[in-house]
Amino acid sequence: MSVSPPRPKSWTVRVREAGVEALPPEKLLPDGQPTYVASWIYVFGVASIAALVVIIGSGTILALKGPAWWHYTGIGHFFNSIHMWAVELFFFAMVVHLWGKYWMAAWRGGRTRVWITGAVTFLVAVPTALTGYVSQQNFDAQWISTQAKDAMNSVGVGAFFNLTNFGQMYSYHVLIMPLAVVGLVGAHVLLVRRHGVVPPLPFHAARAGADVPAAVREGPSTPTGPSNGVA
Amino acid sequence: MQHVVVAAIGAIVNLDHPAHIIEWHFIKLTVSNVIVIGLMFVAFFAAILLPFPGSGARREARRGGDKS
Repeated sequence: MSVSPPRPKSWTVRVREAGVEALPPEKLLPDGQPTYVASWIYVFGVASIAALVVIIGSGTILALKGPAWWHYTGIGHFFNSIHMWAVELFFFAMVVHLWGKYWMAAWRGGRTRVWITGAVTFLVAVPTALTGYVSQQNFDAQWISTQAKDAMNSVGVGAFFNLTNFGQMYSYHVLIMPLAVVGLVGAHVLLVRRHGVVPPLPFHAARAGADVPAAVREGPSTPTGPSNGVA
Repeated sequence: MQHVVVAAIGAIVNLDHPAHIIEWHFIKLTVSNVIVIGLMFVAFFAAILLPFPGSGARREARRGGDKS
């Protein structure tokens, strides 16, 4: 009786196994969070994502309808304003979340990539907004692009980023930059799921008392589960 | 009706002028940006200092013997 050799794993199996190992279902979609997650700072993080959803939705409609629609119709003005104010809220909420996480030293316990993806999202969002300003197709866009091109030329990248080229800036704004921002935000959320929300700093943990076990305060990562003060 | 609403809102803050600029040494900001930055600081400190709804009850529940 011969025993057939084990079949080599396909790439789909390897990807699945690596994915489940990195993010088992109970971590990916947990049914509870530690009590210290009940903080307004995380509300601002979620508000950033909510604003991003509105930005993508309103931006998609604007891209489908085109400049004449967003400049000369009432409903176009409405969606143009929704898009702009959602961006304002996105940056507002993201900056407050970023400040809060900085002062909470959110990179502790092996969470360097969580912090980096969040901070880089902010840095990538800035040129995403700039390319939007120069894609408006109005005098405001002309003024900003002719001013900003000098900044690009002064640092030697003017040959690659021509801010007076509407087609190039529009491509960056509606495709390349949004993909980068959404990808970074997605990675940030998945990394938070994997490593757990950073526990309070020691002096805050002392105030929180029994909410934060000592092993969690000093450990490399935060497990989520009933033993961790799940709310 | 729409014109009345627009006129009423426009009467609150007159935006029909070049931006007001605040200059301090090398720092040069529009008043509107300064207001937004100020509001971000207000939101930041409020987020830190204001208790989150229900957080006290959760903490008490934990301390009160709900160790499950």
